[in-house]
Amino acid sequence: MAQARTDIGPPLYKDMLPPIIKENYGKWRYHEILKPGVLVHVSETGAKLYTVRAGSPRLISIYFIREICDLADKYCDGYLRFTSRNNIEFLLSDESKIDPLIEDLKALGIPVGGTGNSITNIVHTQGWVHCHTPATDASGIVKAVMDELFEYFTTMKLPAKLRIALACCLNMCGAVHCSDIAILGIHRTVPKIDHENLHKLCEIPTLTASCPTAAIRPNPKLKSIEIKAERCMYCGNCYTMCPSVHIIDPKNDAVSIWVGGKISNSRIGPRFSRLAIPFLPNNPPRWPEVVDAVKKLVEVWAANAQPGERMAEWIDRISWEKFFEITGLPFTDKHIDDFTLAQTTFRCTTQFKW
Amino acid sequence: MTEAKKTPLLDELEKGPWPSFVKEMKRAAANSPSAQDLLGQLELSYVDKKAHWKHGGLVGVMGYGGGVIGRYSDVPEQFPNVEMFHTIRLNQPSGWYYTTKALRQVCDVWEKYGSGLTNLHGSTGDMVLLGTQTDKIQTIFDEVSNFEEHPFDLGGSGSNLRTPSCCAGPARCEFAMIDTLDLCHDLTNEFQDYLHRPMWPYKCKIKISGCPNDCVASIARSDISIQGTWRDDIKIDQEAVRQYVAEGFDIEGLVIAKCPTKCMSWDGNELTIDNANCTRCMHCINKMCKALRPGDDRGATILIGGKAPILQGAMMGWVIIPFMKLEPPYEELKEFLEKVWEWWDENGKTRERIGELILRLGMRNFLRAVDLEPIPQMVQAPRANPFFFWWPEEVVQD
Repeated sequence: MAQARTDIGPPLYKDMLPPIIKENYGKWRYHEILKPGVLVHVSETGAKLYTVRAGSPRLISIYFIREICDLADKYCDGYLRFTSRNNIEFLLSDESKIDPLIEDLKALGIPVGGTGNSITNIVHTQGWVHCHTPATDASGIVKAVMDELFEYFTTMKLPAKLRIALACCLNMCGAVHCSDIAILGIHRTVPKIDHENLHKLCEIPTLTASCPTAAIRPNPKLKSIEIKAERCMYCGNCYTMCPSVHIIDPKNDAVSIWVGGKISNSRIGPRFSRLAIPFLPNNPPRWPEVVDAVKKLVEVWAANAQPGERMAEWIDRISWEKFFEITGLPFTDKHIDDFTLAQTTFRCTTQFKW
Repeated sequence: MTEAKKTPLLDELEKGPWPSFVKEMKRAAANSPSAQDLLGQLELSYVDKKAHWKHGGLVGVMGYGGGVIGRYSDVPEQFPNVEMFHTIRLNQPSGWYYTTKALRQVCDVWEKYGSGLTNLHGSTGDMVLLGTQTDKIQTIFDEVSNFEEHPFDLGGSGSNLRTPSCCAGPARCEFAMIDTLDLCHDLTNEFQDYLHRPMWPYKCKIKISGCPNDCVASIARSDISIQGTWRDDIKIDQEAVRQYVAEGFDIEGLVIAKCPTKCMSWDGNELTIDNANCTRCMHCINKMCKALRPGDDRGATILIGGKAPILQGAMMGWVIIPFMKLEPPYEELKEFLEKVWEWWDENGKTRERIGELILRLGMRNFLRAVDLEPIPQMVQAPRANPFFFWWPEEVVQD
């Protein structure tokens, strides 16, 4: 029986690096994209490191991991890495092994791509698979959307890169709020209170404090709480604090779509995604309305953006009023903010477009 | 093994060209009763349009306060093998580089004691092992932490320091201006206690990117965002610039016109950069990495307060230290972090993130607490309203 020990820290990254990286650590000079999914990094020493980037469903079995390990053993001397968007990267020092590796990946049904002006893997959350607060599933929508956008993963024909992320509730453990297109599960109804059990399971002061809109008040008579319906914005934070405040409502939980966010500082700085579509139905197993909406957004942007222009830059140039006109998306009262920073989004100039 | 239930809805997600998570679940289900019941329960979720997990539950490893997340089915009578289906977070190596040996030995342990299903990786960066029972957690930890080579530790969960993560760094990227891998590993080890024993008002995340392209989304996804940058001039290889143009690269359209500060010009032979007006956005370097490189005076910008919407709305990190040199042993950064956490720990309410506390108590109080002077780089613009505080020592007292 192994002895318990604690606080040993993560495995040392240095032990995970192939010799070519150890020899050229910090010496990389430039990189090029040789073809979709294949990068070469060239060192000051002249050494060349090839990366083959492949898509993954993120929710993977140990058998999948062993398969990609077999390929890494066969082609990469046993070294590989993962990207911040859950892609697999095979690290090769021998250029002649690139195409055989890609062939083997294809045989396993693993696509190669996600580089340059493409749509790379969708960052996403757990959804119905393993979370207790979701308004929708995560893996299912991601699979359905990526099936539809597949050609944009394996090619680089878009005006710029496009980043999609999905979070299945406002907790946003995927922090999707700065994506070109964000898919966000939302609740739309005031939580139902289980007065019977609330006082046994939950701390009332913590619960009232958990509400960002001060909609929750104690109800001393029932040793419970009450919710001012007109103040509740359905964020679900109270449910996170207390299982007796039921936010999940399968008849009303839905999906919303947000656009024009980005992370990087290149050109225009990072910015939040903004509401494009407040409601799409939760329609498993393939969410056709969500898939269709995302695809249309990608294609409208691709048809209208200038080379190098990301979603946010395109919208900046044409204006939000033109965005709604060109996409044909209805503009509703849901699009006008009424939370804490609402006034920063109202227009204070006579300059606008028709 | 219980009999495999039919999953007509999920079967639809085996179709199509993108790799299927349902296929992965079925592969695991062939050898694991819990993965099989997970599949059945997920099918039920697809029918009911709701999750079938109960609310939370405390489970853990001796000596740790986090790293394992309890999960219980709300339909255990239908799916007894997922009555308990807990998550274990393992702290990934910096930059998600692995040897196949490191991955295989985790797979072997997970085959013995878990569902065989994983996330590579979770949103915070951990290696996520999905689905085991309470009585197996300690054994799993004891085995992974005792691997002869590449032993693993738990990641963070709850109101603690969450597992720090970083980009590919200088191991595989020419843009890395700090050693993100070393810094991430060093900070993780330095602050093990904060990571493993929740004692703060709420979670705190650190993410480290080697350059302002911010490949780990640190500005949106971490309370403490560290992004490599530089202070001196961009290095230009004029011959390589001419080579780009000679090969038909549209330098005017794709670089000069897109420079956010219009600090570049191209006269057909020489590229000129007015570095004093450059805001180091990386665009020109991204586009012409054979010809342009960041300067040599390198360090990082530190931004604070980034988070997802709960509770007071989504926030992006705010510049708090425009430039800090970051060389081992990173003492200046560590001292700064300790000051931030001390102030937050002392003043934060339950479940108040650092950014929210700064908004509630005011940036001026935060700056005093962490001994920073206000400078214009911290703001987009100075305040426009005339409501503002004075310190007692700044006014004449009666």
